[in-house]
Amino acid sequence: MATPSALAGQHDHAHDDHADHKLSFVQRWLFSTNHKDIGTLYLIFAIIAGTIGGAISGIMRLELAQPGIQYLTWFTDGNLDASYHLWNVFITGHGLIMVFFTVMPAMIGGFGNWFVPIMIGAPDMAFPRMNNVSFWLLVPSFALLLGSMFVEGPAGFNGAGTGWTVYPPLSTAGHPGPAVDMAILSLHIAGASSILGAINFITTILNMRAPGMTLHKMPLFVWSVLVTAFLLLLSLPVLAGAITMLLTDRNFGTHFFTADGGGDPVLYQHLFWFFGHPEVYILILPGFGIVSQVISTFSKKPVFGYLGMAYAMVAIGFIGFLVWAHHMFTAGLDVNTKMYFTAATMIIAVPTGIKIFSWIATMWGGSIKFDTPMLWAIGFIFMFTVGGVTGVILANAGVDTYFHDTYYVVAHFHYVLSLGAVFAIFAGFYYWFGKMSGKPYNEFLGKLHFWVFFIGVNVMFFPMHFLGQDGMPRRIPDYPEQFAYYNQIASYGYAIMAVGMLIFFVNMIVSLSTKKRVAGNYWGEGATTLEWTLSSPPPFHQFETLPIIK
Amino acid sequence: MMRIFSRLLLPILIALAPLPAIAQTDAPIAAPVPAVTTTALPVAMPELTPAMPGVGQPSGGIAMQAPVTPIAVEAQRLANGVLNPLMIAVSVFVLILLAWTIFRYRAASNPIASKTSHNTTVEVVWTLVPVLILVWIAVPSFRLLANQYSPPKADLTIKATGHQWYWEYEYPDHGGFSFDAVMLTDAESAKRGSPKLLDTDNRIVVPVGATVKVLTTAADVIHSFAVPSFWVKMDAVPGRINETWFKVEKPGVYFGQCSELCGTKHAFMPIAVEVVSKEKFAQWVAAKQSENGITPPAAAAAPAAAPTAAAAPVAAPAA
Repeated sequence: MATPSALAGQHDHAHDDHADHKLSFVQRWLFSTNHKDIGTLYLIFAIIAGTIGGAISGIMRLELAQPGIQYLTWFTDGNLDASYHLWNVFITGHGLIMVFFTVMPAMIGGFGNWFVPIMIGAPDMAFPRMNNVSFWLLVPSFALLLGSMFVEGPAGFNGAGTGWTVYPPLSTAGHPGPAVDMAILSLHIAGASSILGAINFITTILNMRAPGMTLHKMPLFVWSVLVTAFLLLLSLPVLAGAITMLLTDRNFGTHFFTADGGGDPVLYQHLFWFFGHPEVYILILPGFGIVSQVISTFSKKPVFGYLGMAYAMVAIGFIGFLVWAHHMFTAGLDVNTKMYFTAATMIIAVPTGIKIFSWIATMWGGSIKFDTPMLWAIGFIFMFTVGGVTGVILANAGVDTYFHDTYYVVAHFHYVLSLGAVFAIFAGFYYWFGKMSGKPYNEFLGKLHFWVFFIGVNVMFFPMHFLGQDGMPRRIPDYPEQFAYYNQIASYGYAIMAVGMLIFFVNMIVSLSTKKRVAGNYWGEGATTLEWTLSSPPPFHQFETLPIIK
Repeated sequence: MMRIFSRLLLPILIALAPLPAIAQTDAPIAAPVPAVTTTALPVAMPELTPAMPGVGQPSGGIAMQAPVTPIAVEAQRLANGVLNPLMIAVSVFVLILLAWTIFRYRAASNPIASKTSHNTTVEVVWTLVPVLILVWIAVPSFRLLANQYSPPKADLTIKATGHQWYWEYEYPDHGGFSFDAVMLTDAESAKRGSPKLLDTDNRIVVPVGATVKVLTTAADVIHSFAVPSFWVKMDAVPGRINETWFKVEKPGVYFGQCSELCGTKHAFMPIAVEVVSKEKFAQWVAAKQSENGITPPAAAAAPAAAPTAAAAPVAAPAA
């Protein structure tokens, strides 16, 4: 170690050798400071967490396939009350896992880490060590959340059954056991991880762009991560504050949210959704960025209306902070407040519409190839449109009186997240798989994965609109018999989707074990961002000589 | 932002919508009950109204539950007449545009890609057209909201208190009797001919055509009082009293379910509202009053009771 060249620390070539050949497994993967390795860790983490979150939803769909309680009692020795509570633990776990441990790590941690530095021509992130801290905070955070399922929540039952929103007094007086404390600490740590990540991305993007890479030349994926990082930085502290107040209400006798001590449970809802609404844009904005890159590449055209696309994301991020109470339309807000939040929420449809039309305009006049990533991206555009228009319906406070907390809302947010964000993740995954691994994915299995998954999620989530129109409330393990038909169809949809995921895993095994290798720019002339100027996979440290962008 | 909105935009939008005043008058309570002859003996409960498939309960289809209040009728007209067709049209438009683009500009049919990346005209169009559509939606939407918040004078007030996991209903206008409504078991539902998981042992009973003010609150955690066919959903929050209302024109039984996650048996605290004739309601009230040992006030006594209640807090410190 103590060779003069290593001590000099600026001898790039020696350093490179050192990195490529001398890092032990522990040094490379546990002490990683390399943005690409950390990105890989994030992606693996997201896949593991997504599998757990998806398995939980599998149990949920199995239970909902027919009225009555058939399967939850397997886990509770036949105790019905325990199985009702277990249901609430599952919905809580599924929501938190998918939001904090699957979509966010995949998009921001995974693709953000991998490609933001490369796309702006930087050798690494601004704070590599902090980057490692961000990732490794997620692991204990996830462990705390999973662990919370096995300690007492309400008297006599295990786990936090509060929903991902953790509303008091259910999360305070309603859950005296330590499960909710563990879930709160889990969110604190995940939040800290994301705030560190956000600081890292903002610093990297603002300070480390290669010469000539002005803000208005940055690829849209980098723009999307920049906007997302600001949303994280501004919204997560509010969540941290809200759940800290919950924690002190629970353990130290404060009364922020307890009415009999002069507090107000609705205050928590305002704080939570001031974070929660930007959070849902945090989940989808990087997806917008990925889809823009993919559509442009496979249409062999530059993105249509680049500036409009970039500032539409800024606008969505900004308005995202002004609409939080549309999640609380039945909480007892006064009529003027509801009118304001209705109007503000509907305005979001404008920048979102700009994005949808600009993607189609990017394809218009193009020479479109339909490789797997493009299928996911096209699927994203349409499914996100469907989720978007139901959002406009829900935005109307008067109409939301009926739909609030029904399956219509479940359908809406799964169309924008499960069919929106997840489609974008798969688009990015197939798009960059060769770049990250150096190996080609299996095109046939990729397309099969797309079609099976596409059919599955639509069969699963579209009937939920009908259930919501018929009045079925969310978050119930058993339902009146009238809801049986569409619930059964939705459960079949889950089974189809699960087969799609199985194909994905087979594809991963097949593709990672192949001897084939891909070229630096395997997508050809449509792929114009900087990662395609490098080998696949890129060298351990890229851009030791900074590229000049003209 | 909020102030600008309420000072500038709100009046404009409200002006666009021809509607009754938004200001909510706190209606004094008038008892709609005809004077009931006092009897010392228990009064017989009127017969339960049987549930009717397709009315006040889910239908198993794809449509919203049949509306039975003026607000529900107006809201469904907005949802089914404006919002749904418009949103389906937007989705179909995007789908067709997407499908055409995919077909026309596939690599096989268009090998050389254009390099067009700007067109100010279309960008302005696809920004302004959605704005116009949204303004168009906003007018009836705001009118609906305003109507929801300007109820006619209430004929009857009911206080609904959410508990883990049942509802407690109180009739403050009728001597303040109260009762709990616990979900029926499947066997009990079958006996009554009611749908499973929706009926309760005791139901809310209201007279047909009466404007019913519902005050919601909760004793433990947040619940939500919801009856889809009334277009009513109002959270029941501990420490707060929220207000909503309904006016049902058709006798029958209407069901709803708790609509805010409230713990273990959240799925099992339904709401059942029985809308009956005025006579039957009077009979029911008399039976309830007799059950609770309440002497029904004479018709003239009802207004007289109000000043006494108002004076009570003033008198309290002196005592």
